[in-house]
Amino acid sequence: MAIKPNIGQPLNRLEGRQKVTGSAKYAADYHVPQLLYGYVVNSTITKGKIVRVDTSAAKALPGVVEVLTHENRPGLAWFDLQYADMDAPPGTVFKPLHDNKIRFNGQPVALVVAEEFEIARYAASLVQLDYEEEPFVTSVEANLSKARPAKKGIATALKPPPPAPTGNFEKAYEAAPFKVDAEYYHGNEHHNPMELFATTTVYEGNGKLTIYDKTQGTINNQLFVANVFGLRYKDVRVLAPYVGGAFGSGLRPQYQLFLSVMAALHLKRNVRVVLDRHQMFTLAHRPQNLQQLQFATDENGKLTAARHAAFVETSSYEDYTEVISSWSHRLYPISNTRFEYKVVPLDLSTPTDMRAPGGVTAMHAIECTMDQLAYKLGIDPLELRLRNYAEVDPSTEKPFTSKALRECYRQAADSFGWSNRNPEPGSMTRGNKLVGYGMATGVWDAYQFPSRIEAILTKEGKLMINNAVTDIGTGTFTVMTQIAADELGLPIEDVIFGYGDSKKPFSMFQGGSSMTSSTGVAIVMAAKALKKKLLEKVKEMSDSPLADADEKDLVFRNGRIALVNEPSVHINFQEIVAANKGQAIKTTKMGKPHLLKLRKYSKMTHSASFVEVEVDKDLKTITVTRAVTAVAAGKIINPRTAHSQISGSMVWGISKALQEESVIDENLGKYVNANLAEYHIPTHADVHQLEVIFAEERDELINELGVKGVGEIGLVAMPAAIANAVFHATGKRINKLPIHFDELLE
Amino acid sequence: MFIASDDIFHKVWILAKTLNPMENEHQFNELQTVRLKVNGEQHELLLLPWVSLLDALREHLDLTGTKKGCDHGQCGACTVLCDGKRILSCLTLAVLKEGAEITTIEGVVRGNQLHPLQQAFIDHDAFQCGYCTPGQICSAIGLFKEGKAKTREDVKELMSGNLCRCGANIGIIDAIMEVKDGGMYE
Repeated sequence: MAIKPNIGQPLNRLEGRQKVTGSAKYAADYHVPQLLYGYVVNSTITKGKIVRVDTSAAKALPGVVEVLTHENRPGLAWFDLQYADMDAPPGTVFKPLHDNKIRFNGQPVALVVAEEFEIARYAASLVQLDYEEEPFVTSVEANLSKARPAKKGIATALKPPPPAPTGNFEKAYEAAPFKVDAEYYHGNEHHNPMELFATTTVYEGNGKLTIYDKTQGTINNQLFVANVFGLRYKDVRVLAPYVGGAFGSGLRPQYQLFLSVMAALHLKRNVRVVLDRHQMFTLAHRPQNLQQLQFATDENGKLTAARHAAFVETSSYEDYTEVISSWSHRLYPISNTRFEYKVVPLDLSTPTDMRAPGGVTAMHAIECTMDQLAYKLGIDPLELRLRNYAEVDPSTEKPFTSKALRECYRQAADSFGWSNRNPEPGSMTRGNKLVGYGMATGVWDAYQFPSRIEAILTKEGKLMINNAVTDIGTGTFTVMTQIAADELGLPIEDVIFGYGDSKKPFSMFQGGSSMTSSTGVAIVMAAKALKKKLLEKVKEMSDSPLADADEKDLVFRNGRIALVNEPSVHINFQEIVAANKGQAIKTTKMGKPHLLKLRKYSKMTHSASFVEVEVDKDLKTITVTRAVTAVAAGKIINPRTAHSQISGSMVWGISKALQEESVIDENLGKYVNANLAEYHIPTHADVHQLEVIFAEERDELINELGVKGVGEIGLVAMPAAIANAVFHATGKRINKLPIHFDELLE
Repeated sequence: MFIASDDIFHKVWILAKTLNPMENEHQFNELQTVRLKVNGEQHELLLLPWVSLLDALREHLDLTGTKKGCDHGQCGACTVLCDGKRILSCLTLAVLKEGAEITTIEGVVRGNQLHPLQQAFIDHDAFQCGYCTPGQICSAIGLFKEGKAKTREDVKELMSGNLCRCGANIGIIDAIMEVKDGGMYE
């Protein structure tokens, strides 16, 4: 009998008290004795080589312990492969302080280690470096001639290259009565989590390290450190119980980890390295890209032809890719398609997945193109989506495990008041403001990765669940506890979830909106195994009242196993532990997706966003006054934390559409707004009414929990919906993000 | 903005002086005694004169609830209360705050009892990663004291020096409004 009192409940975050009292400890918050402070020196040129290093002035400063550069660093692993983390794209991974070559502006070139943070920072300014500069390139638009297909590798398994063309795009496009040909451009964006990238390495002696790191993957970084520095896996422990946001920037080990560990091993001391905000712009970022779209429909608005070509930045040393060009074909049936993806290698650091990578990039272009088509056809933009609604995945002809997108459209449109929209651009006003309504569709993959869970009935009769997964602010800790509590019939307070620690059983890094399905399903599997074990123990117990009971007549509830029909006949967990000579009872189980069964299906989450903007008639300043996003993502375990994931993503949508961009000076090859005053993200004053709707979506196929993940889907539709609303308000199509108000000035 | 401008000028002035080796070759890295009163407790610290209040709290007093998000007064994560006023501890030199009453997030909790605003933050899910939270809470307590914010729009505007990258903005403002409207802040 399934009783799930916790799943579906809007529980407050279990770590809430720690977070509001300041006792939650992040990577740079650990007070360890005899701590040394490392400060990174970054390259001031974009490409070339270091020809002279002079660290004498820095070293002469009292309090400075060491200055490490490529000239004096300790010997390291020889093979590039040993530096490759689980998320490394094809190519040659960047190795800090490896040689004198400079590959991007801000590349780490030295680490100053001192007894005090201020001394380290000051000494870093005394390190003298002479460079020989070489010409460099930092713009996709200006270097389209360098575009080429991306190399393939292990990490591209999740990011397949575009599918082969279908039908005959050229012919169909040529013949179509309605068509749109448009180009879209996105600049670079940086994740900018509030927490600075930081690593505190505790040197334990005997080749052992305890590392507090800002990461989305404790095991990924454990393997990286062990491989690079030639340590035994079991001697490297990476801990990240609290992560101050990451959004993808913590998927790969970042250079402060490498430098902190290198210094700790070299000096046999505890070392902390914290990047400053400017240095945060020298690592992960969302790549700049140019997209060309040509979509066509028949007289009735049915899509007949689609071409989507993406030209996307990568670095000079790794071929980072995203899935961009083929998304339209997973959303709309189109007979004639041509999808292309090319990388443009630039002299910038390798891009890294940033919230809804590829998906939000593509859907901005696709859904703005659809909006243009709706205007050409003279039909409502929502009606155009419904006319092209796919009942099966058009790209594979496979049915969906579930798809409640139609419900998303309906509920969001109703709540928003879409029917009040006058389609004529510039026709709706409010005082001195032009009012625009825009809508767009979102789509994202529903991933599930293998995850291993240790489930323990403790001596005290509580359930302990162990897994290496992190909680980067997503609510993982709370959600996993809810799942575990229901599975074993325990109240929340009797479940202990141990996480954020590489010593715990395997988890992939936290990405792809996959943790609730990956870790959650594994918890269900492990709890089932534990229940089986407990039942075996119960049968073995002398004078057990349940000795003859059939398994299906028993229920786990409130810390006891009882007869369904006669709950007074029961055995407490504590009695089982006592019968087990007071010892805890353990199981370990791997949870994995049902690949064979799921091969026949398409697994996706969907969303629809409806946005209202106000544009000042004179100044053209744009405000997102309200937005409604409806999401279909299977079962929602915790509506409160899931709501925050979606509304937080909607704020990201506002940011991407109207605010954030990393501006590159192409003459200097560097970001000129590498700080939080000039890299704009929404402040409280920029965020107005946001409504989140979860459309009911029962999914019996996808996994044991029926969950799909909510970390990214809330962002995907927003930028296009905002851009379409800006068009509706002003009659102007601005296909470059972020939209600047000055582009709307006559 | 609520940046205490005197702190910035002092910091720049002292840095300029200490970083000029001609004038001050042997003094910039000399430790000096600094007395700080934090959360009601007196501390005597040996600090370099250019240590920010933020680093003094975090690295010398192990009060790591106060966060470093930019070290440039741009994000608000380091907000603490100084004589009841919200200040950015990253733009404040510790030596300048001798004699002041400093309250950090660790001092906001009343014994074992959460401040109403702390409880409201939990109830409104006013955070995700939690990194900006201590600064948001300290800033809002300072805002209450200023008495300038009358409406929700005022609160949004006057809290905009505290960034939240998770996008928990609505929960944060909801939590502050609940406490403000309930008059529960003092």
